[in-house]
Amino acid sequence: MFPPIPNPTAQSATPKFGEKDLIRRSASTVTPPQQRQTEVAKLIDVSKCIGCKACQTACLEWNELSEAVGVNVGVYDNPHDLTPNTWTLMRYTEYENPRSGNLEWLIRKDGCMHCEDPGCLKACPAPGAIVQYSNGIVDFVHENCIGCGYCVKGCPFNIPRISQVDHKAYKCTLCSDRVAVGQGPACQKACPTQAIVFGSKDDMKQWADKRIADLKSRGFDKAGLYDPPGVGGTHVMYVLHHADEPHLYAGLPDTPRISPVVEAWKGVGKYAGMAVIALTAAAGVVHHILQGANRVSETDEENADRLAGGKS
Amino acid sequence: MNIEVSRRHFMKLAGAGAAGSAVAAFGFGAAEAQVAAHVKPFRLVGTKEARTICPYCAVSCGMMVFAAPNKDNNGKLEVTHIEGDSDHPVNRGTLCPKGAAAIDYIRSKTRVQYPMYRKPGTNQFERVSWDFAMDRIAKLVKEDRDANWIEKNKDGVTVNRCTTMAFLAGSSLTNEGGWLTYKVARGLGLLQIENQARI
Amino acid sequence: MTNSWTDIGNADVVWIMGGNAAEAHPCGFKWVTEAKHNRGAKLMVVDPRFTRSAAVADHYAPIRPGTDIAFLSGVVNYLLSNDKIHKEYVRHYTNAAYLVKEEYGFSDGLFSGYNEEKRNYDRSSWEYQMGADGYAVRDMTLEDPRCVFQLMKKHFTPYTPEMVSRISGTPQDKFLKVCEWVASTANGERAMTIMYALGWTQHSHGAQNIRTAAMIQLLCGNIGVPGGGVNALRGHSNVQGITDVGTLTAAIPGYLALPIDSEPTLESHLAKRTFKPLQANQTSYWQNYRKFYVSFLKSYFGAKATPENQFGYDWLPKLDVAYDCLRMFETMYQGKTNGLICQGFNPLMAIAHKNKSVAGLSKLKFLVSIDPIETDTARFWENHGEFNDVDPAKIQTEVFMLPVTTFAEEDGSLTNSSRCIMWKERAADPYFESKTDSQILADLFVRIRKLYEKDGGKGVEPLLAIDWSYKDPLEPTPDELLKELNGKALVDLKDAEGKVVRAAGQQLASFGEMRDDGSTDGSMWIYTGVYGPGGNLSQRRDNSDPSGLGVYGNWGFSWPANRRVQYNRASADPEGKPWSERKKYMFWNGQRWSGPDVPDYVPTIPPERATGPFIMNPEGVSRLWVRGMMTDGPFPVHYEPFESPVANPLFPKIKGNPAARVFKGDMEVFGDAKDFPIVATTYRLVEHFHYWTKGVHMNAVMQPEFFVEISEQLAKEKGIKHGGWVKVWSHRGSVKGKAVVTKRIKPVKVDGKTVHYIGCPLNFGFIGEAKKASPINSLTPPVGDANAQTPEYKAFLVDIEPISGPVA
Repeated sequence: MFPPIPNPTAQSATPKFGEKDLIRRSASTVTPPQQRQTEVAKLIDVSKCIGCKACQTACLEWNELSEAVGVNVGVYDNPHDLTPNTWTLMRYTEYENPRSGNLEWLIRKDGCMHCEDPGCLKACPAPGAIVQYSNGIVDFVHENCIGCGYCVKGCPFNIPRISQVDHKAYKCTLCSDRVAVGQGPACQKACPTQAIVFGSKDDMKQWADKRIADLKSRGFDKAGLYDPPGVGGTHVMYVLHHADEPHLYAGLPDTPRISPVVEAWKGVGKYAGMAVIALTAAAGVVHHILQGANRVSETDEENADRLAGGKS
Repeated sequence: MNIEVSRRHFMKLAGAGAAGSAVAAFGFGAAEAQVAAHVKPFRLVGTKEARTICPYCAVSCGMMVFAAPNKDNNGKLEVTHIEGDSDHPVNRGTLCPKGAAAIDYIRSKTRVQYPMYRKPGTNQFERVSWDFAMDRIAKLVKEDRDANWIEKNKDGVTVNRCTTMAFLAGSSLTNEGGWLTYKVARGLGLLQIENQARI
Repeated sequence: MTNSWTDIGNADVVWIMGGNAAEAHPCGFKWVTEAKHNRGAKLMVVDPRFTRSAAVADHYAPIRPGTDIAFLSGVVNYLLSNDKIHKEYVRHYTNAAYLVKEEYGFSDGLFSGYNEEKRNYDRSSWEYQMGADGYAVRDMTLEDPRCVFQLMKKHFTPYTPEMVSRISGTPQDKFLKVCEWVASTANGERAMTIMYALGWTQHSHGAQNIRTAAMIQLLCGNIGVPGGGVNALRGHSNVQGITDVGTLTAAIPGYLALPIDSEPTLESHLAKRTFKPLQANQTSYWQNYRKFYVSFLKSYFGAKATPENQFGYDWLPKLDVAYDCLRMFETMYQGKTNGLICQGFNPLMAIAHKNKSVAGLSKLKFLVSIDPIETDTARFWENHGEFNDVDPAKIQTEVFMLPVTTFAEEDGSLTNSSRCIMWKERAADPYFESKTDSQILADLFVRIRKLYEKDGGKGVEPLLAIDWSYKDPLEPTPDELLKELNGKALVDLKDAEGKVVRAAGQQLASFGEMRDDGSTDGSMWIYTGVYGPGGNLSQRRDNSDPSGLGVYGNWGFSWPANRRVQYNRASADPEGKPWSERKKYMFWNGQRWSGPDVPDYVPTIPPERATGPFIMNPEGVSRLWVRGMMTDGPFPVHYEPFESPVANPLFPKIKGNPAARVFKGDMEVFGDAKDFPIVATTYRLVEHFHYWTKGVHMNAVMQPEFFVEISEQLAKEKGIKHGGWVKVWSHRGSVKGKAVVTKRIKPVKVDGKTVHYIGCPLNFGFIGEAKKASPINSLTPPVGDANAQTPEYKAFLVDIEPISGPVA
């Protein structure tokens, strides 16, 4: 058993990290701290997951989110996709393994991967709306979010969702408020089989090695760790029985990477952006944003959506 | 999702990039930085904690319940959060999707808030007082018990029973509540007593 | 559970069958994943559906619903015919050596003594041969043709892998792999645990399912050892405790019996239950029955219970017939019940044949629901369209809903499935106007007694005889009540030398201190010790595990006597040595029985006395063959469910379990395969708890709507679309739901014929936040297990067709 994290208390405690620990901040620069905090990670062992959705309810409960009661559409996935309130979701895949002839029910907890090289943050045009702490957590700061949806486009995992209520982007915070007081995320705490464990990224990799050895002893010779280098590694990692075929798990990207567009924007955006601004239809949007501060109108939504390649 | 960017898509994103970049370069970002990065305060601070046991299955997981007085409700202590008790040897802090959502059971929309009464043949419940409900139930029980009490069977054996009323005891009740239930139900002479053990 | 949740972590093989622990008991299932991770344990799952337990299993074998005995008997046959048994264990710790009466026999699917008209057995031939010394006759070589071992070999011969496959539809290779993994534990070096739940009990032969499993564990020597056992994963958080305290029709707390009409005196009742040993030097612990019974009566009637009035025995109601919940609803349906109090119970959802339940409830004069949330039962009179189509104007039942506190708003103790009694603290104030169950019941009882004191009436004396000397009669506290359950000395208790061992008024430390002369009380002997002189041990929270074997001896109090693994004397060989170093648990250290647990044995009896490890049985050993203790036979037999797609391949003339009770008129509500060709089975989903959480928002989000699980093959045959609507109907009713077309259910070949089956989750109804649905028990048959009367929910017949969505 991975040693359980001791219970939280109702005593106040100084947060273990905060603004001084930022290493990235969207559309703005930060002075990185001299010393990086120990990198944390959540390890999701798909081979131990029983698809119970305890992580889903624990996430809703801790983060005080309210999701609507939906319908059944022929699958166990409920809701049917991530939403502004559902930050984590069990995705179920029935897979007939052609090699063994056995049916496998592959169940993957989907949610933010907390990339070391976060595409959402790099795509985000709103200063300080997305931040990355030195421990690896990528968090959204809703006060600064303009709801443009670029983060969705920038994310190689299709995770953030824009609320139709307040027009802001939402996703898993890795329970930064819990991690700040030495707790693990709510999903990890709840997980009945410890398919989710939390700790330093190094410890998680070591624990993953044990799990992978166990899987190999049971005939899953391609078992391995999913910590994709295309995004600089992630702070949410998976142990997969079929690490050679991540896509089997409800379309987990085989080789995720940040879109070259976002990379380009990141590299030259601050300067080149200035140059092209007058040539693009974006000028009006910028103007409006400037005038209206960060109160986003429906027109903003439409414009942003159009710019971001949305449906309008 | 793999982002394979089409040329058209590329152009749109390029436009977007320009817009955002301009915002930052105009110095707008700095003004907004006041409320920028922050970690939410830990929401259990100052609450009252208690150790309880999950009401659902027979793993009977240990739970930590955090509660705080509700100013809008006469300062009544109400539950604000529930999570597993890491000290418990069986569940080690974990909970299932029911246990992790147990706060929604406490505050269920269909929670019975007051004694409710449905008159024969009517189509609704009405709110009544505890006194009304308990007096009425006591009277109904006594009437039926008196009407159908069997002191001796046909062979003259003392049997002291009432077979016309039934009691279904809930299996999430405490042992103490269960023992009291037993005393009351058997004490009335009932034989039709069951719990969920066989279904 | 014979063992504990944490003990599952000691298993080398985990076998889940007749249950779905990952979904029904996720946090207990953790110990399966621990056994896998830490010990390389193998998990095998046998289930009609590829469940979420199967999703993390090393081996999965499908089985047609209702054919577990054929499968399990096939395993027994495999073990016996391949000599893969733990021989010394079987010889010394089971009744394999006992000789059975010559009159006992089995032919054409029936045991000796069957009465076809009454559908029951005269069980007098189901007995041992008795010797002149008054003890049962044994042949320790196990070779006598009348010994249990030889009878067993013969009885199970027909269950070959071919026959198992023919009946259960399980491919032979998948079946044999299960056999091999079971056999790998028949040696004292490795252990297997069996985890089951309602998938085994909800059959007309449910108790025999479990017996067959127990036989397998005994043949392998897996009872009484760490990582072994037959583990019933129980339903509600305190179904163990609530059953312990006796809220069942024929019970007195602690598994004592309510008197029946043919027991007019206390002595006549006790004489039948204080079993004499069947071998020399045996403990036969039920010889203490009278001490426990008298202590109960002293507690129940207090000072009014005296030796002169048989301690109040006459005041106890005597049972004319056992009113299990099926009979309860049959009685109600006949109009013979006037009042029903449901306390945290939603029978409209839980009892078979919903239409019959509604008809029964409609005949009540009054119904009281004591439940924190609204139940479908409390609103049975309300019209919910096709989901509950009734006319309120025609229903004359007075209905009450009383607001009661939830788990978080009260304190008290619960007993988990591992028999561990644990205390919980009140965490919040009662919501709204709710009161605790104890407050409500005390109030009701006090009011009723006052009415009788004032106005008189029938049965006044027994009613007023109940001891109710609580500090506040309207609010007995959990502390007072647990003390009462534990019991105390009423006078100074002295030992043989006249020394006071327990002063008057002191709480008893163990049930060994109970006496039959009225000098002790205690409502429930099995809990004695939980609140002894040392205080309330259910509140202990020391989670240390000195042995590393998951034995948390100072966490709560595990009944009986704080024992964590039952029958643990059997973890050592007859000489008292561990069967193996690897499975070392309790052993004889030269002076006494020691080890990490409390011995399930008199601690000072040396091995040479040959006292058997199963001290509750008069034989001192476990029973592979159960004498007359089961209504439907001393050995299990494969009987088809009452509604079956095929004739019994072994005994074609026998329909269902020949000794199961069928009420008059109910034979007609069974459907046959001609009209209802599809097998259906019901089950719980992990996202919900029974019928409560459809009223709990987050859980309604997780599984919002009723659905039916259907194989791709059946969907194709019937033109059913994935996610489309289907109607399912039996001979008793119909339901509508969404189709989940899945690879996780596949048709099986049974006796040469393709049989389809479908899965129906039971968590949905017409009250709550989840989408409205007809209760699944609209479909199920009102027939129960021959022994326990648990309804046959796991295998019945239906038909199915695609439909357009419902109008409502």
